[in-house]
This record gives sequence, C-alpha cells and structure tokens, in this order.
Amino acid sequence: MMRIVKGNEAAAIAAKLAKPDVVAAYPITPSTDFPEKIAEYVANGELPHTQFIPVESEHSAMSACIGASAAGARACTATSSQGLELMHEMLFIASGMRLPIVLYNANRALSAPINIWCDHQDSISARDTGWIQFYGENNQEALDLMLMSFRIAEDPRVLLPAMTCIDAFICTHTFEPVDIPSQEEVDAFLPPYKPTHVKLDPDEPMTLGPFGVPEYYQEMRYAQHLAMKNAEKVIDEVFVDFERRFGRKYSKVSPYMIEDAEIILITLGSVSGTTKEFIDKMRKGGKKIGMVKLTVLRPFPSKELIPLIKNARVVATLERNISLGYGGAIYADLAGILINEEKRPLLIDFILGLGGRDITFNDLEEIVKACEKLIEGERIERPVWIGVKKELV
Amino acid sequence: MSEATSLLASGHRACAGCGAAIAVRQVLEAAGPNTICVNATGCLEVTTTPYPQTAWRVPWIHVAFENAAAVASGIEAAYKALRAKGTIPKDKKPNVIAFAGDGGTFDIGLQALSGMLERGHDVLYVCYDNEAYMNTGIQRSSSTPFGAATTTSPAGKVIPGEMRKKKPIALIAAAHDIPYVATASIAFPADLKRKVKKALEVEGPSFLHILAPCPTGWRFGTEKTVEVARLAVETGVFVLYEITNEDPLKPIVTKKIKDRKPVEEYLKLQGRFRHLFKPVKRQDIIDKIQEEVDRKCKLFGVDED
Repeated sequence: MMRIVKGNEAAAIAAKLAKPDVVAAYPITPSTDFPEKIAEYVANGELPHTQFIPVESEHSAMSACIGASAAGARACTATSSQGLELMHEMLFIASGMRLPIVLYNANRALSAPINIWCDHQDSISARDTGWIQFYGENNQEALDLMLMSFRIAEDPRVLLPAMTCIDAFICTHTFEPVDIPSQEEVDAFLPPYKPTHVKLDPDEPMTLGPFGVPEYYQEMRYAQHLAMKNAEKVIDEVFVDFERRFGRKYSKVSPYMIEDAEIILITLGSVSGTTKEFIDKMRKGGKKIGMVKLTVLRPFPSKELIPLIKNARVVATLERNISLGYGGAIYADLAGILINEEKRPLLIDFILGLGGRDITFNDLEEIVKACEKLIEGERIERPVWIGVKKELV
Repeated sequence: MSEATSLLASGHRACAGCGAAIAVRQVLEAAGPNTICVNATGCLEVTTTPYPQTAWRVPWIHVAFENAAAVASGIEAAYKALRAKGTIPKDKKPNVIAFAGDGGTFDIGLQALSGMLERGHDVLYVCYDNEAYMNTGIQRSSSTPFGAATTTSPAGKVIPGEMRKKKPIALIAAAHDIPYVATASIAFPADLKRKVKKALEVEGPSFLHILAPCPTGWRFGTEKTVEVARLAVETGVFVLYEITNEDPLKPIVTKKIKDRKPVEEYLKLQGRFRHLFKPVKRQDIIDKIQEEVDRKCKLFGVDED
C-alpha cells in the first residue's frame, strides 16, 4: 500500500510491522515522531502486547532495551544527535552483550553550538561501538532498512545491534510516497525473535554481563569481530530475500555511472539523490563522473567497494562529518582499504553540509574542479572545506 | 537457608566480613529462587562474577554503574510483553530485584532510579549502602556521613573528614509516592526479610535501603560487621522504618530503641572516625553528630519510653 509519510513515520511503521515487545524511547528533535507514533499505536491497541517505556533519558532508553533484550524481548528505540551521544556508553554494552537491539537514528549535528539540523557526526562518532550501521537515502529506505535490520541483527550468526540512520529534516520531516508492506508479508519475512544465547529465566539461571578478566576479554571482542564478519554475508542474504519478496533491490554499495568514470564521488544518505542529478547534468557536458552510495557503513563494505573505485583517477568522499585534526571519517576508511591495492586512485575528502547546510550543485561543481586539479597533478591540502564563509571565522 | 543452597554461593571474592554480601544473601533468602537480579557496577558485581565463574544461583545481569533501575525496567516490561503475547505462561512472574551500592543509587544512578520509581515498574530496588565508593578505593559519596574520613574526604589538618551530611535516600524514594519503602539492617535479619517479602508482595516499585558496613572502608575488624551494623541502629545513627503510600509522609519506625546508646560507641569502633578521638579528641564534631542523630530520632520517634 502506498502512503505519503514522513521519514520518521516510515521508520515507526517498520517498527510496528516488526511487532516489538519493548520500545523504550525519549523525545529528541528530529526523531520525536517515532516514540509519538509508537505510543499512539499502543494507545490505540494496534500493538496489543508491546510495552512502551517513556524513559527519563536516552541513556535509560538503551539501558531498558538492554534489559528487555536480555530477557528475550524484541526491543527497539529511536534517537538523534545528543541522544545518541548520551547512549554512547550503552551502545558498546548492547553490542558486547550481543543483544540485537534495533535503533532508528535521525542524523543530526552535535553541540556546540547546539544545532538541530542534518549532518552525520552523531552516528559516525558511534561507528566503533560494534553496531551494524545502515544509511538510508529516502523514506522508503528508512522503512525497508529498519525492517531488514531486525532480521539481520537477530540472525543467530550475527546477534549484534543495528542502527538505521536517516538524514534529519531532509528525510525525517519530508513527506514522500512509501510502499508499506502488509503485516502478512512482514510476518513471513521476519520470524519471531527466539534467543537462546541470553536468557533471564529463573528456570535456567544465567549470569550475563560478568567481569571479563584479561584472560577472556580479548576473545569476547574477537567473537564480536567475527559476528561483524558474519553480518557481511547475512546482510547480502537478507537483501536478496527482501528483493524477492518486496521487489526492492538493496546492496551495501550502489554504483551510479562508474564504468568509465574518472572521478567517483562517495556518498552517504540523502545527498545521493542530489549527486545523481548532478552527475546526469555533468555527463551531458562530457565529464566522466560517477558515484558510489554507501548503504552499509559497518561492517565496512571493503570487498564490494575496492573493485568499483580502484580504476578511477580520483575518489572524493562527501563528508557530513569531521574528525577534527584529521579529516573525513569515510576518507580514513577508504584510505585504509585502498593502500595495499597495486592500482589505486587518488583520494580526497570534502567536508560539507554540516549542521544542516544545504549541499548544492555549486558545491558539487567546486568538488569536481578540485578533483580535476588533482588529476592535473596539483597538490591540494586535505580535507577540503566546501562553502565555508571564511570572513565569519 | 544453608550455605550449600544459598542463592549467592560461597566462594565469591568479597572481603571477609563484607556487609554487602550478607545483605544480598538475606534478601535472596526472603525472595527465593523465582527471582531475576540486576546488579549495578560495584564491589558486588566484581567480586561475584569473575568470568567464567559466578556466585549467582539466580538469573543475574550487570550492565553498567548508573542504570540498574533502567535495566530492571526493561526486564519487567519484557516479561509483561512476553506474557501478553503468550510466549511465556500468564503466571510466570519472577521477582525483579535491582542491587546497587550507595554510589550507584545516591549519586550516579539517582536519575534512572527516579525514572523507574515514577513509571511504576514492579521492581524491588535494593541499595546496599556502605557509605562510600568502596570498589574504587573508599571515595566519598553523597551517602558518606558527616565526620567520616574517606580518600576524597580525608581527615586533614584543617578539614576533619566529610563535612556534608548523608543524603536521606529512602525519603527521596518515598517522595515518589510508591507502594513501599523501607530501611533495613543486616543485624536484624528477621526485620530485613519481612520487609523484602512485603516489598515483593506489593504491585509496583519498592525501595529497600540496607546499611551494609564495610570492614575495609570503615576500618574495623572483619568479625565486627554485624556488631557495627547493630550499633548503628542502637545508637539511632541508622533508623529502621518503613513507608507505605497510605501516607508517604509518615515513616513508621519498625525498631524502637530503649536506652539509645551514645553515637560515640558506634564511632569509636571504626577507623574512619579515628581522627575524632586521636591525637586530640574532637568533642565538637562528636557533639554535632550526636545532635543530628538526636534530632532525627525525635523526628522519626525512635526512642521507646
């Protein structure tokens, strides 16, 4: 059924279709519609068994999800920006305890200065917490990725938490047509969660979250690493099954016009749409530009990315984040996977669109010009900041 | 309950004479095996679960320091949801008990505790209070009593130990207008167990504040834990009472004291108060402690005629 919904509602509908046992969430702009919608479903009897816990903080939201998941429940939450940061400590623990909690994150800039608009600094800063990370381009992807994240996270080969990240306002508050699957279709795609690895049951006492001494700690971290490796395969399987059932194709990396591309732009999230249109325009002018959109950031899709980008002259990352004192986070990931390739492109990172600043064709043209200079052999100091009003600094 | 069947097994690594371990054993004896425990980070967690060993014969989870109440909320909600869905039988309703020290309750866990109490989760929250951060090496918390020396409230040449008074945590819990709040002491196990049972019988949140003397941090002989706990009650330093939501403003004293002993008897047993006696007796500080205890005992109606 097609409906015109906001990105937040698309994610809430996905959560509803997954029939969660416990949703613990705290309001924060711009993800607040999510807990509001869940509360509404519960109040109207549309989620008859679901317990909605209106917690007193995001830290407690994730803590309650951890308790619920450890007790065998399907648990999910939603947050953004400062909320994800307040949860940060708990993100590591959810993953370390191997609890397949699902989180919807509205990508918003971090304070200071306080800013409620889009960038990716929040979830980028959580990339080492042991969570699977999906980035959606539009509202349909918000719904689909949320739905798939339950199945991927709960797969016995994975058992890791997963977050779906959607751009603040650009998607969260924009109405778009979204194809909503039926409950029957979702039930057939997503079996009930039946954990065997954790249980808080007096009939079978288990100690969870013990003190990990040096003789064992590293093995537990290694097991998490292996689970991430397994997730690479499981994500592909679930993407294939999803396409078979729902007709929408997903892949960890989506190339656009890269066959002969000299310059490849790497994107995350909603800017992918803008970039595709920009490429169409540039192609008409004879410029060989392509794009690769990353849908999965953790586990990092190295295997899929390398063959797509290694033959380009320049690969440019569009970064709605900054690791201050270094540069773009995606740049660092890409540099790491390319360094041992015999044939590899030049690599450069562009910092732009922070705190909700629009990313325009002019910005993308500036990026292409810089890439062309690199091809001509000019040295460029990286990261390159796009659109900074230097007179204000 | 015998040692062999205690729900907190022997062989854990708590210090000899650990008041917290005694408190937990007494709580579990009253609660029985149909119980899920949540444990905040602290001595209790560290000493009972060095992987791959565990001292817990009931299901147990530790997540972090400040969130035992929030984790317990999630467990209680999960059981509700799983019962409603029919995944588990309708009558499968284990007790959910959260254990946290004074640091995890009075300080870093206060917000999560308040949230859990306010939302009305059917959870018993037990604070085992040893009046400082013992796991990290005896730093003051907002539970540390006036006059006590800790590593962050040392007895110096100018400042004689902790200069703030203890936070009235049970009254703060009671201010949430929850069904049941009580204080208890390991020196009065029958009273403690009765309170645990009462707390588990009520629907909704309950809070139990147990004074759990710490030989290591309070600096007394490991054989004296129960004696020190008893003296805390007999001197009126720690008042045993309970509060129901029939009148959350009226604590009911459950152990009235006849011929209340002077606080000095309690203080002099403990190294953390040694600076009040040596090298020069600080009668002024001892008097101040006594005055405060007298005021509290009058307020609560502790003294038996």
